[in-house]
Amino acid sequence: MPNIPQLPVSSWIDKLVDWLASFEGFFNGVTNFIGGIINGFQWVFDLLPIWLFMILVVGGTYWLNRKTKHWGLIAFEIVGLLYIWNQGFWRDMTQTLTLVLTSSLIALVIGVPLGIWMGKSKVFETINKPVLDFMQTMPAFVYLIPAVAFFGIGMVPGVIASVIFAMPPTIRMTDLGIRQVPADLIEAADSYGSTSWQKLFKVQLPLAKSTLMAGVNQSMMLSLSMVVIASMIGAMGLGNKVYFAVGRNDAGGGFAAGLAIVILAIILDRITQAINRSKIPKS
Amino acid sequence: MTAKLQVRHLTKIFGRRIARAEELIKAGRTKAEILKSAGATVGVSDANFEVNDGEIFVIMGLSGSGKSTMIRMINRLIEPTSGEILIDGKNLTSLNKKELLNVRRNKMSMVFQNFALFPNRTIIENTAYGLEIKGVDKDERHQKAHEALELVGLHGYDNQYPTQLSGGMQQRVGLARALANNSEILLMDEAFSALDPLNRKDMQDELLDLQENLHKTIVFISHDLNEALRIGDRIMIMKDGVIVQTGTPEEILTQPADDYVEKFIEDVDRTKVLTAANVMIRPSYVNIDKDGPRIAMRRMVENEISSLYVVNSKREFVGVVDASHVMGLIKKKERQLNSVIQTNVPTTAPDTPITEIMDKISSTPIPYAVIDDQNHLLGIIIRGAVLGAISGNEVNEDA
Repeated sequence: MPNIPQLPVSSWIDKLVDWLASFEGFFNGVTNFIGGIINGFQWVFDLLPIWLFMILVVGGTYWLNRKTKHWGLIAFEIVGLLYIWNQGFWRDMTQTLTLVLTSSLIALVIGVPLGIWMGKSKVFETINKPVLDFMQTMPAFVYLIPAVAFFGIGMVPGVIASVIFAMPPTIRMTDLGIRQVPADLIEAADSYGSTSWQKLFKVQLPLAKSTLMAGVNQSMMLSLSMVVIASMIGAMGLGNKVYFAVGRNDAGGGFAAGLAIVILAIILDRITQAINRSKIPKS
Repeated sequence: MTAKLQVRHLTKIFGRRIARAEELIKAGRTKAEILKSAGATVGVSDANFEVNDGEIFVIMGLSGSGKSTMIRMINRLIEPTSGEILIDGKNLTSLNKKELLNVRRNKMSMVFQNFALFPNRTIIENTAYGLEIKGVDKDERHQKAHEALELVGLHGYDNQYPTQLSGGMQQRVGLARALANNSEILLMDEAFSALDPLNRKDMQDELLDLQENLHKTIVFISHDLNEALRIGDRIMIMKDGVIVQTGTPEEILTQPADDYVEKFIEDVDRTKVLTAANVMIRPSYVNIDKDGPRIAMRRMVENEISSLYVVNSKREFVGVVDASHVMGLIKKKERQLNSVIQTNVPTTAPDTPITEIMDKISSTPIPYAVIDDQNHLLGIIIRGAVLGAISGNEVNEDA
């Protein structure tokens, strides 16, 4: 195609970013808001003594699995958390946890309503599906660049980039969960004169809950995978340790911190799965 | 009888070219032809019927006959393409969203083929769903739900979940959910079709028992003619979205409107439907107060029979006389039949189903006498007539 000039895609996007960056007030507001959530989480984690944190995690796991008694998991949690403490990664771990919890929370708050909307509207679903594909397949690094332009450096742009990358599973699974509710239950709800809201909160959401929670679990895991990337724009935590280790070609330090991320991932995954486990007995 | 529910010119067409399909319906084309030339599926085509207050009205048809579409149009789960639905004379099709919600909440409740219980709710919460939607407070709605569960014979399952119950019990909950709402109209969509035969029969009995006290107006969808005949006060048969025949079970059986209905009723287990009154024939009898042995003999000769039923002047049943005994009386020049009347004749009421008496009919030599509650002789049942009726042949109607 020698005669067709190269499309100036990159300069268009630069212009768009520049134009968006002019809404400084809005982005400052968002930054402050997310910063507030992050500080809140961090404040709690800093306040908690390590032993109390461990008791809460282990006790919580025991209570959530009280019927099945996963002693192996509980032992793993104790050993894993002791390892993190022993390696001097405790504060880094809580920072990473803050990043993951904040972005999961935002993904949940934004993703679930969007998923419900998709579940109820064929049109919105058709429009949104390629957008979600885009969000998930665009290399996560790319989000960092405009995120810095809008939100500066630090935890906040890390959270934003994580949310964009990690939100699609929550949206998709909420959509799927809503659509999976059997047609005769919807008919039953309608035939007794439920309003749309009653149908949503009494029938659709409760029945979509386990699918929805599987999406939240996936979002959480994805945002955890963002911690190293987010550390490139100044997000603190375990990712930062790994990132530094890469810079210094320090294999030992990298694995030591990487292992801590794995431990955190497994604990988060098992706890969210246990929350999700159905309380309704199977026939 | 007043009409609770009236359906007028109700039509439902699925697909895009609805106007074209409507023209074709008017031109009298069949469902298959319309699908071919307009690409639209006719669900229900120009349906007209009325359901009376307090009756069980069964809509019958095979899959694709439009019966499910019909029942869903009655509560507008499916929007009709055209036509009117009137409940107590009020047109349902012109209601706005809020009015429709009110009708669904207060006027009618639906029972579903696959129960459609909410798996995340306990039995009592499921039963109370309709009341919860209406905003009835918790104590009151649980109280009412509990009563409804008692009514359908479910005790002590209030806090279980639907998956813990058997199919039959789950459908009882489905029924209780509809009853708890205390609406006048019950829409039952193949409500018992998913149950095994024994459970189905139990539920049918249960429904009939309940109906005796509750007098709901019930629209019941079924593809099972035996079920329709068993529970229906009236039956409407549909085929390809068109109403083929509406009538009482007996009308359907004795005067099928066309070949389609006739084919339908071919497979019916007639013994369950037919009663003694349907198969009895006119007996030959003598009046004991008036007739003597010679008259009796003459009647037997005329009718080529060897025994004769005896009644008194009030037409009350007395017994049977046998030809040989009557001959003896004639030889002895007796004037009265009294001495030879056998009174140990089997009798039955006219509304007894013939399943109940079939065994005995085949094993007793003397035909059954059918008598009403004033002991009047109405007819007799002979084996040949029973076999004829079961095989679908014409029964002697004036019997």
